[in-house]
Amino acid sequence: MSEEWPLWEVFIRGQHGLSHRHVGSLHAPDAEMAINNARDVYTRRNEGVSIWVVRAAEITASSPGEKGPLFEPANSKVYRHPTFFDIPDEVGQM
Amino acid sequence: MYAQEVKSTGKPVKSLDEMDPEERAFQERIDADIKIEPKDFMPEGYRKTLIRQISQHAHSEIVGQLPEGNWITRAPTLERKAILLAKVQDEAGHGLYLYCAAETLGASRDEMTEQLLAGKAKYSSIFNYPSLTWADIGAIGWLVDGAAIMNQVQLQRCSYGPYSRAMVRICKEESFHQRQGYDIMMKLVKGTDAQQEMAQDALDRWWWPSLMMFGPPDAQSVHSAQSMAWKIKPVSNDELRQRFVDQTVPQAEYLGLQIPDPDLKWNEARGRYDFGKIDWNEFYDVLKGNGPCNKERMAARQKAWDDGAWFRDGLMAHARKKQSRKMAAE
Repeated sequence: MSEEWPLWEVFIRGQHGLSHRHVGSLHAPDAEMAINNARDVYTRRNEGVSIWVVRAAEITASSPGEKGPLFEPANSKVYRHPTFFDIPDEVGQM
Repeated sequence: MYAQEVKSTGKPVKSLDEMDPEERAFQERIDADIKIEPKDFMPEGYRKTLIRQISQHAHSEIVGQLPEGNWITRAPTLERKAILLAKVQDEAGHGLYLYCAAETLGASRDEMTEQLLAGKAKYSSIFNYPSLTWADIGAIGWLVDGAAIMNQVQLQRCSYGPYSRAMVRICKEESFHQRQGYDIMMKLVKGTDAQQEMAQDALDRWWWPSLMMFGPPDAQSVHSAQSMAWKIKPVSNDELRQRFVDQTVPQAEYLGLQIPDPDLKWNEARGRYDFGKIDWNEFYDVLKGNGPCNKERMAARQKAWDDGAWFRDGLMAHARKKQSRKMAAE
């Protein structure tokens, strides 16, 4: 069997000013073909105005095992949310 | 359905108490409707069953292009041709979304293709029937895509994140497929006698195979229990089939077409339609490779794979050459 085309992860930015969002992956021999293929596979219905592709092998991801150390510290910092503070009605919109 | 008779572990479903702590935590997440993501712990059986189901689903999308592709060059108008082309292209896209979901479980794309070509991986029985007339393109969109939607809507709730997300995307695109098929049927039933007969003939031939798409009856479906416990198959075969019949009968009535089932009748007490016995021998025979078009379909896939080999290799060689030139220049 000959060599499989490398895997690319595809990110698309939609029309309404949101940032690029991961939509899936595809195989392509190089970056240029990956963009062309991404156009056909992921934007057949005007889903995007910009495409990023990145070799899947180049992505470093956090592992589920690290969930605790990475994300738990945020749990105890409820004061980061505006609803933590009571502002009297008389003060008006804040 | 698109994935029929997916083999699971073949063992009875374990109770929570029989599981080790890791597996128990996994099952509890599923019971709480928390999605499982690629790097999370999962039992080997869950991974394997999902790879089988998703790759079978993907293969069905890819092979499913063949019966319709057959009519692209013969579509009756330029508009119908453009629509059919877009629809068939969507099917290719759906196959690709699904392959990439399966790859997150560690299956390689080329391996999956090789398994299909070696006859080790299956695809839906429905695509082994021929598309003989233009009305078949209408019937396929209306019935086959209709049945596919019925299945895929519930799969959006599947416990595996990447599969569920692929389903959401596919469902959004799929309803155009069913409507374009029904639109073809509406046109034909308003046409000449010959066109009306053609529409009826297509329904006659596609009705039973469409009901078979949902897979064997629940009582015979050995692997369903485990798949349902894992929520990779949220609704049972028989229930999906019943929903499909209930939804489709009024649509046939609107067209003025006769569903080819003398036992079909409304059951007031159940609030659903009763329908006749399905010929499961035919279903198993088609799955075994003896349907009208099994050989033709596999030969077409094999040819595409073989004929494309030089192209895949050539682009890879070109990419490597470009890369090494770039490195030399730096």
